[in-house]
Amino acid sequence: MKLELQGITKRFGSLVANDHIDLVVEPGQVHSLLGENGAGKSTLMNVLYGLYEPTEGRILVNGEPVSFNGPGDAMAAGIGMVHQHFMLVPVFTVAENVALGNEATKAGGMLNLNQTRAKIKQISDQYGFDVDPDAVIEDLPVGVQQRVEIIKALVRDAEVLILDEPTAVLTPKETDELLAIIAQLKSDGKSIVFISHKLREVKQVSDIITVIRRGKVVGDADPMASTTELASMMVGRAVSLTLDKAPAQPGEATFRIEDLTVHAPNGQRVVDGLSLEIRRGEILAVAGVQGNGQTELTEAILGLQDHTAGSITLEGQELLGRSVKDIIRAGVGFVPEDRSVEGLVGPFSVAENLILNRYDQPPFAKGLAMKPSLIEQNAQEKIGEFDVRTQSAHAAAGTLSGGNQQKVVMARELSRPLKLFIASQPTRGVDVGSIEFLHKRIVAERDGGTPVMIVSTELDEVLELADRIAVLYRGRLMGIVPGKTSRDALGLMMAGMPAEEALGHEEQLGTDRESGEQ
Amino acid sequence: MSAATLTAPEAGSSTVSEVRNWKTPVMLAVLAVAALLVFAIGAPSNNVTFRLTAESDPIVLPAIVVSAPVTGWICAVVLLAAAAWSFLRVRAGRPVPGWLLAVFAVFFVAGFLTWVVGSARTPNLALYGLLAGSVTLAVPLIFGSLSGVLCERSGVINIAIEGQLLFGAFAAAIAGSLSGSAFVGLLAAVIAGVMVSAVLAVFSIKYIVNQVIVGVVLNVLVSGLTGFLFSTVMSADSATWNSPPRLAPISIPVLSDIPVIGPILFEQSIVGYLMYIAVAVIYVGLYHTKWGLRTRAVGEHPKAADTVGVKVNRTRFTNVLLAGAVAGLGGAFFTLVLVSSFGRDMTAGQGYIALAALIFGRWNPLGAFFAALLFGFATNLQSVLSFLGTPVPNQFLAMLPYVVTIFAVAGLVGKSRAPASNGIPYIKG
Repeated sequence: MKLELQGITKRFGSLVANDHIDLVVEPGQVHSLLGENGAGKSTLMNVLYGLYEPTEGRILVNGEPVSFNGPGDAMAAGIGMVHQHFMLVPVFTVAENVALGNEATKAGGMLNLNQTRAKIKQISDQYGFDVDPDAVIEDLPVGVQQRVEIIKALVRDAEVLILDEPTAVLTPKETDELLAIIAQLKSDGKSIVFISHKLREVKQVSDIITVIRRGKVVGDADPMASTTELASMMVGRAVSLTLDKAPAQPGEATFRIEDLTVHAPNGQRVVDGLSLEIRRGEILAVAGVQGNGQTELTEAILGLQDHTAGSITLEGQELLGRSVKDIIRAGVGFVPEDRSVEGLVGPFSVAENLILNRYDQPPFAKGLAMKPSLIEQNAQEKIGEFDVRTQSAHAAAGTLSGGNQQKVVMARELSRPLKLFIASQPTRGVDVGSIEFLHKRIVAERDGGTPVMIVSTELDEVLELADRIAVLYRGRLMGIVPGKTSRDALGLMMAGMPAEEALGHEEQLGTDRESGEQ
Repeated sequence: MSAATLTAPEAGSSTVSEVRNWKTPVMLAVLAVAALLVFAIGAPSNNVTFRLTAESDPIVLPAIVVSAPVTGWICAVVLLAAAAWSFLRVRAGRPVPGWLLAVFAVFFVAGFLTWVVGSARTPNLALYGLLAGSVTLAVPLIFGSLSGVLCERSGVINIAIEGQLLFGAFAAAIAGSLSGSAFVGLLAAVIAGVMVSAVLAVFSIKYIVNQVIVGVVLNVLVSGLTGFLFSTVMSADSATWNSPPRLAPISIPVLSDIPVIGPILFEQSIVGYLMYIAVAVIYVGLYHTKWGLRTRAVGEHPKAADTVGVKVNRTRFTNVLLAGAVAGLGGAFFTLVLVSSFGRDMTAGQGYIALAALIFGRWNPLGAFFAALLFGFATNLQSVLSFLGTPVPNQFLAMLPYVVTIFAVAGLVGKSRAPASNGIPYIKG
């Protein structure tokens, strides 16, 4: 099936999310859409899937113009979509999710789930998915949930499959498996639209790449083009993908965690007997697949977790058991993983958000009164220093773009002398230009002699920033390895292999991997 | 290809809980000690008679006669043992099993009944009457809860059950009186319930007003409206406006002859039998039909339903209207079965108890059915006991159904999980 988009424009009020986009997806091709967060990729796909109505332009299927009033129409036309956030009902079984909206029924509207199960089985066997139709979605690993989404599309006879940021939630191994599935779908004559901002994957999987920037098609690129070339097309200027970072000059270890255990409210051990130390002037990156105790670890340091045991000391002072306010006063700077929920108060102004950690202290407060002029002045300084793109210091922080919100959080946390700096997912959902800037600030803080802890699920980021890497798996430390450890060894550790074993294993595999990569 | 962001929330490694929850054992212990002090040590010295069948029944079973002190002590010992065992379980980091709670409840109720009946002027209780009355009193609660199930499973909070019941009762009384036909009254009650629902649906789905507030306002509105019409129109000429015909109980041949349960379950009015049908139909519908699958999907993850072409708001609208019809039937029970006239605010908070039954029953039609039966039992127990003349002051007995409600909703039987999108309006885009 050949799919064409002609002059698609989508406006939300004055904002132009898509500006006259033309795209042709040929049958049996993997067509990648490359662009930064907020470039308009997802909007375009939602238009194509019938979730949004285009302001202008038309969609053609096999040369015939079509119009979609909803996802139902798009599916009937043979377009299937795997959303970035899976559209699966967590408490339903696989079969119920696949059946929904496309139910096989017996007399009287009774569900015929057996028919659905048989179809799932057939597709599952054909592509080697290994999916149990009666498993409940919320019990399944993310990679399997994604296969259920693909099955949903295939059951409805999709000829074009849109995958929106499909690897964002996968482990390296699951990503490899997904890319193999894509190859198989392609050989069956299906077209794939692969949306991503990850250059490496896009290069590996695509037959053709279309780059989108600020709602417009910048041009097509060859998958053989270099990553630097693709990146500069995506961002619109030359970007350096590697960080200039002087070797660390670590001092004494001032931050220590000893035998820390954190229990979730349901009694599960989410951090399990973890010990580590961070020296002045070094960056320790905590790597791991999301949900392996990283959040609880950082929250325990900040005093946000209840059921803790062990010891956390900063310059000899015990932090465990003290209030969050005390810990912040002790000199801990913290960038939480979700800036819009935990890092900022969205409706508050940028200026107010910049003093959230010091609102009750001089110079911003005197007795019960606040000093608006000083708050304003502070905001102007920080906006300049961190290059925050905002209309004014009085704009609501929630209206800023992701990268600029993160700069506000980072500016606030770095604007006082720190004894420990923790940043969780410092560049998640941030554009490439801002990533560069934020990374530089983190390194600058390290060079100023602060112990720094970075928590990230992006291996690229971990390798870029870390002087040492600690890998967490199910709340346990798999080991602390040097910053230049190979991706493969880290991948093994993230899957639960202790450091010594992973490094040994790695050496054996190293040579054949290298040849297989190209 | 090893670059990636990664996620895989996997199940934790430790199965034994190390954060111990002492809520259940402490509560059991308090109740067990109370049982020891009151049912055993404070037991009356006489025998207590429980009659299982009425003399008029075709098969008469002998009455059970027990000694109050002996029964009191047996119950107290079992309860203390159960409480002690739950302490040991929690100390070992294991959960308290559900069956233990059930055993505890049975012995507590047995001990309580023996004590309270033994201390009464006439230590003789018609158990069949107590249970039959419980089912009868539970009928409107069950309809109310089913109305809640239909609404909330599709994602709309239904606080307006009370209003739906009351308006149903009112409409059934008026239409029944004017037409002289109870069936016309029944139909009017259904329409009245749908009318209340329609207002709820329009405001909460179309205009995205806070669903709890709309519900509460509707209850007050219906109460005021029916109260006004009652005191002006109905009271002025109650022969014309407020004397609906009654729906008499119908015995089902054979089934109603089964000892004990026959008279309890199979001597109901039409409304009672409609209740059984409604429970069965809604249960099967919700879990085994296309409509049910879509309803549940819309209540859990509306966007997922939307992306596969299910019309979210239309589904919700239909369900809310359907819920009104079901609650309306429950309302008709008050004026066509229980008493044959309408009284101001005669539903007396039953709609809120139905809401509690819905939560206690975990948003499941069968769960709601049994929870409503429990509340019906508590209500009926209170009236039977005050009739027997027990030493417990009447006011305390009147609190019984509500105390049971509070314990039930406070999570006595584990966590209740609401539909994930319950109360969250769906806005496209």
